[in-house]
Amino acid sequence: MKISRILKTIFLIDFLGALVLAIKQIFKSKKTINYPFEKGKISPRFRGEHALRRYPNGEERCIACKLCEAVCPAQAITIESTERDDGSRKTTRYDIDMLKCIYCGLCEESCPVDAIVQGPNFEFATETREELYYNKEKLLDNGDRWESILAANIKADNPFR
Amino acid sequence: MLSFLYLIFEETYKIFFLLIPLLVSVAMIVWLDRRVWAFVQKRRGPNVVGPFGLLQSLADALKYIFKEIIIPASSNKIIFILAPIITMTLGLAAWAVIPFGDNLVLSNINVGILYLFAISSLGVYGIIMGGWASNSKYPFLGAIRSAAQMVSYEVSIGIIIINVLLCVGSLNLSDIVMAQQNIWFVFPLFPMFVIFFISALAETNRPPFDLPEAESELVAGYQTEYSGMMYAMFWLGEYANILLMCAMGSILFLGGWLAPVDFYPFNLVASPVWLILKILILFILFALIKAIVPRYRYDQLMKLGWKIFLPFSLTWVVLTASYLYYFELLPVN
Repeated sequence: MKISRILKTIFLIDFLGALVLAIKQIFKSKKTINYPFEKGKISPRFRGEHALRRYPNGEERCIACKLCEAVCPAQAITIESTERDDGSRKTTRYDIDMLKCIYCGLCEESCPVDAIVQGPNFEFATETREELYYNKEKLLDNGDRWESILAANIKADNPFR
Repeated sequence: MLSFLYLIFEETYKIFFLLIPLLVSVAMIVWLDRRVWAFVQKRRGPNVVGPFGLLQSLADALKYIFKEIIIPASSNKIIFILAPIITMTLGLAAWAVIPFGDNLVLSNINVGILYLFAISSLGVYGIIMGGWASNSKYPFLGAIRSAAQMVSYEVSIGIIIINVLLCVGSLNLSDIVMAQQNIWFVFPLFPMFVIFFISALAETNRPPFDLPEAESELVAGYQTEYSGMMYAMFWLGEYANILLMCAMGSILFLGGWLAPVDFYPFNLVASPVWLILKILILFILFALIKAIVPRYRYDQLMKLGWKIFLPFSLTWVVLTASYLYYFELLPVN
């Protein structure tokens, strides 16, 4: 070992340098956000909680084509459909098991009418499993609640599709 | 009979007066540790519960109380339960002899430093028992590591204490503090203070010597199988021990409860304040070091303990003794 190296080791030079560096860092600005009170920016493509959207006149968009059910790699989606009096095909049941879902976004990709979408919400933790078995009612409710943001996100992402 | 009862009452009263502030300060010190660690890494650390997150540890403690205690089926149940109790009891018991001021000490025994040394040596039993009784791989490895580590560094701490005792001529902690009225021992014995501090890190399993609970290798070391209140007790004992080591450092080297300078504005401050301030400064150093150092490899740890610290502190004992003898400074009682 070199003499300078030995002296450095004995007098803890590197260690003291690190200590000074650490003390300097204490007074610098924080690089993390104060999470529950401030939140990070989310991309329009963010794949969060699912929602079923409606047309502006209040009609459900979903036409029960079952493409999402077919494409879902986790088989989290269950759809049952029937023909309505006016001849259109609508769902009677649209369930997503949020515990099976892997948030891949393929349901949103496959939907021909932009009915099922994944919104920006990621804070939907619950205390029981049952609350995470979403049914049609819950999904439509989500759609109503997030509609303005969902529409804006789809519009923002449109040029890149 | 009545006077005996009165005595018991008085002692219990005193013990509670020591214990409750101690437990509260342990909770606060955990918060401080996490906070300093976070700040060095430019994070925020716990800041939600209470002002500046001060009540975070209390919230954690509350959570631990309500959690289920899981006792592994293949464990030795009695020892498994006993281990955290021993760790915590020893961590708190040692505080009985720490003097917070002139005559402000729970039990002013004449061999205070020996008692302190004995209790902190016993601390390894809690860890070994916990690791062995869990009957699982990681806790066992952690316990073996901590046993070897604590024994190694205890030796050098013992010899460092001899250095101080040579200058004082008494094993009483209050006497040790009073002997530093002219000059704190940190100045003449500075290398010993550094070695004491590093050994204290090893003794309390703090980084860079946190091999017994190395989370990247051993999950959580000897604590792996513990949960709920039992885990919290380990945790409490550990931080009480860290505080104890800081207190020991301040009493042996930094003049205990003495003010840094003995004139007007400083000597008005109550003596416990100075001790607490010194403990805090040492603890912040502990916390800073946790943030800046990588973990030692096991053979490096042993090499540092046995091949560097031990010979060096032994040499220093000889030097101190010779110096004191030659200049006829040896304290004679």
